[in-house]
Amino acid sequence: MTTVTKMITLTIDGQEVKAEKGAMVLDVAKDNNIYIPALCSHDSVSSYGACRLCLVEVTKNERERLVTSCLYPVEEGLVVRTNSERITSNRKTLMELLLARCPESKEIQDLAKRLGVEGTPFPLEEHGNCILCALCVRVCQEIVDVSAISLVNRGVEREMAIPFYDNSDACIGCGSCAYICPTDAIKMEDIGDTRTLTMPNNKTEFKLARCKVCGKYWAPQKQLEYITKKVDLPLDFFDTCTDCRD
Amino acid sequence: MNKLGSPQELERLRESIIRSSEPNRPCIIICGGTGCVALGSGDVINTFKQEMQENGLDSKVDLRVTGCRGFCERGPHVVTHPEGILYQRVKQEDVAEIVSETLLKGNIVDRLLYVDPETGKKIVHESEIPFYARQRRLLLANNAKISPDSIGDYLASGGYAALNKALFEMSPERVIAEVKKSGLRGRGGGGFPAGRKWETCRRAEGDTKYVICNCDEGDPGAFMDRSLMEGNPHSVLEGMIIGAYAIGAHQGYIYVRNEYPLAVIHAELALKQAKEYGFLGENILGSGFDFSVKINRGGGAFVCGESTALMASLEGEVGEPRAKYVHTSEKGLWDKPTNLNNVETWVNVPLIVSRGADWYTKIGTQNSKGTKIFSLVGKVNNTGLVEVPMGMTLREIVFDIGGGIPGGKKFKAVQTGGPSGGCIPESLLDLPVDFDELTKAGSMMGSGGMIVMDEDNCMVDIAKYFISFLEEESCGKCLPCREGLKRMRQILTDISEGRGEEGDIELLECLSTTLVDSALCALGSTAPNPVLTAIRYFRDEYEAHISDKRCPAGVCKELIRFYILPDKCTACGICLRKCPVDAISGAKRMVHVIDQDKCIKCGTCLDVCPERFSAVTKGSSEELDVPAEPIPVTASKSKTKASDKPSTDSEV
Repeated sequence: MTTVTKMITLTIDGQEVKAEKGAMVLDVAKDNNIYIPALCSHDSVSSYGACRLCLVEVTKNERERLVTSCLYPVEEGLVVRTNSERITSNRKTLMELLLARCPESKEIQDLAKRLGVEGTPFPLEEHGNCILCALCVRVCQEIVDVSAISLVNRGVEREMAIPFYDNSDACIGCGSCAYICPTDAIKMEDIGDTRTLTMPNNKTEFKLARCKVCGKYWAPQKQLEYITKKVDLPLDFFDTCTDCRD
Repeated sequence: MNKLGSPQELERLRESIIRSSEPNRPCIIICGGTGCVALGSGDVINTFKQEMQENGLDSKVDLRVTGCRGFCERGPHVVTHPEGILYQRVKQEDVAEIVSETLLKGNIVDRLLYVDPETGKKIVHESEIPFYARQRRLLLANNAKISPDSIGDYLASGGYAALNKALFEMSPERVIAEVKKSGLRGRGGGGFPAGRKWETCRRAEGDTKYVICNCDEGDPGAFMDRSLMEGNPHSVLEGMIIGAYAIGAHQGYIYVRNEYPLAVIHAELALKQAKEYGFLGENILGSGFDFSVKINRGGGAFVCGESTALMASLEGEVGEPRAKYVHTSEKGLWDKPTNLNNVETWVNVPLIVSRGADWYTKIGTQNSKGTKIFSLVGKVNNTGLVEVPMGMTLREIVFDIGGGIPGGKKFKAVQTGGPSGGCIPESLLDLPVDFDELTKAGSMMGSGGMIVMDEDNCMVDIAKYFISFLEEESCGKCLPCREGLKRMRQILTDISEGRGEEGDIELLECLSTTLVDSALCALGSTAPNPVLTAIRYFRDEYEAHISDKRCPAGVCKELIRFYILPDKCTACGICLRKCPVDAISGAKRMVHVIDQDKCIKCGTCLDVCPERFSAVTKGSSEELDVPAEPIPVTASKSKTKASDKPSTDSEV
């Protein structure tokens, strides 16, 4: 059975663009090289709507309102504005809140600069660089399918953590969380036969497997075991690294 | 009990219940609502049973325990039927007298009657008490009449007749049309037209649909839904069954706070009874319509009252909201079309179906129909549940029903709509209370909380309280709510502690705008209301805190000082002894003095200083000229002599 995708036309910042019905405004804008800032959105995982930076103004049936473009589906005749005064003023406050939360984060500073935000009126805090965007949580759940990390506690107490802040059996050391983290709050480092994954509340070490051909330490043992089990591969499948295979 | 298989069987059962009851048979009605239970109505009930048995009355006089009557601060309530005498604040030890005097001799126990604080007159009958007389109780009426655990009582009062009518005389579309025509708007906070929501849900694609009853009432001081669910659970169920029939849903959920134990028990009991009688389950009353209801108990998070967070919680996920660009009526619980209404909204439905939209629309204002239950609390004489037609003015609610402000104090503001509502000042007391007027004033209807404030309330302190509450209850998912509320609380704390700076008001306004515009759910987007209205109506009070470091209401501890006036102090020594931090020095016949460095501003000295001396005063900013060290008592001596019993001072 083939599904027929319906194409629709909408306007973003005066530019007429075509898109699949139901696609999100943020993705459509990106496809058309229209910049909308966003920190908690990523192509690989579901939309979440936590950072609110991707706010845009949409007009529908002559009603104008602010929506988050990562969660707002496009439809025929929709008119989108990405940079009205109302939007920039909201983004400025959001950036000021972020600058105060993560004053050390280079990524936040760069984004602030790009959006023309000079500083913050709020007292600086020491949270590290985590902005609680939950990208790590989503990638771990939706892509890796191990759900080793989650967001714990509520409100201002909220933080990203592994269960009971203790080394997690579930974590396979794949590093997807470090890869997807937009503010470098999770760090991954391979030295010799050991991978160290440093999260805001935890540091875990993983033994790396050695390639039988080139002798390089190339991937965490746990991750390889997980993959062989998951897709039912022979146990020796990962004896050689991906570089040494044809 | 055999399941009722047809509308005729239901009506025959109803007739037989009514026939076998004697309408004028004497009955003692005791309130068993949570407020009265907390005040000891359980003991009152047991003592009544005992006394009635000992006096041989148990076969002649019935005893009925009902749900909440709403006038909670006067509980426990006992009402005699058919006379309608209301005894208030009844204690266990009063029961014998009520039995011997009223039940046996027909006399009234004078001392247990309600005294009108305005006229000083005692009032015998419940219906004559101003608190009740000015209300229009449509939804709460049965609370005072029926026993919540008796489906027979509900049937005798006409219960499930609306369901009969909907199932056998109306098509689902006709029910929706009637609800739309009634103008019923959601009572949980949003005020969205219920009929339109039902229609969207009915038209949404998919065969599996759900209806949900939101009983996760969390506003501080609010207990409207609690009282309905505790006192008349079948009316909630009846509304839900009618709604499910109209929408085409076969499964419903009641999401009820676990902190409402009585509501949980009564809802469970009602569910069991409704199944037994055939109002729930397969082929309801032989109509061919199937519908079941499950009860889910909430885990204690305020944000789970928000519809999408509630649905996430029902699904077993963390109770956090999601964006609602696709409405829950199209994609809700488990991505199926779902219609959620709160308890009070559902209870309106049987009324609308049985009495018709034409009758219903006669009550209320142009765009807000019907009645609304408010939880009237705070600095007001009569606190409790108030049900009035939409459009009644705040003045009527606060002064005529609420009996005004206690202690001769001056009214300052009323916070409507719960923590996310706004403070409405005296100048707007004549505002007719409905959805649109409250929104125009910068507040909202919310679920119906009404907190009255007097001249002793500081509007910085009030805003700080509500923002702190919401900060604590924010789920933390979206940045503006989590970080923004924290910053607002910090700024308000600074202002209240004398660290306010020029620009703070503007910063609060800026943060507020961002929360309104960009927060993910209604918790965040309405959270700034108390701050915005406080600034809008009481800006001078904010400026006094910031510029003059002064709290005009004398509430913010860091900005006030307590003084002992040398011309009034009689050196009685009470404050000196009661001060918890030994900040007061003095001696016999020496005027007492407060060491401002040691003082923690607890106000004990002010509370304990005998009224006839009134030597302790509270000041903000202006330094009072009082001695630094104890000096001999002067003018105050004569006052001591003038008083009647100076010797008792030390015993106070």
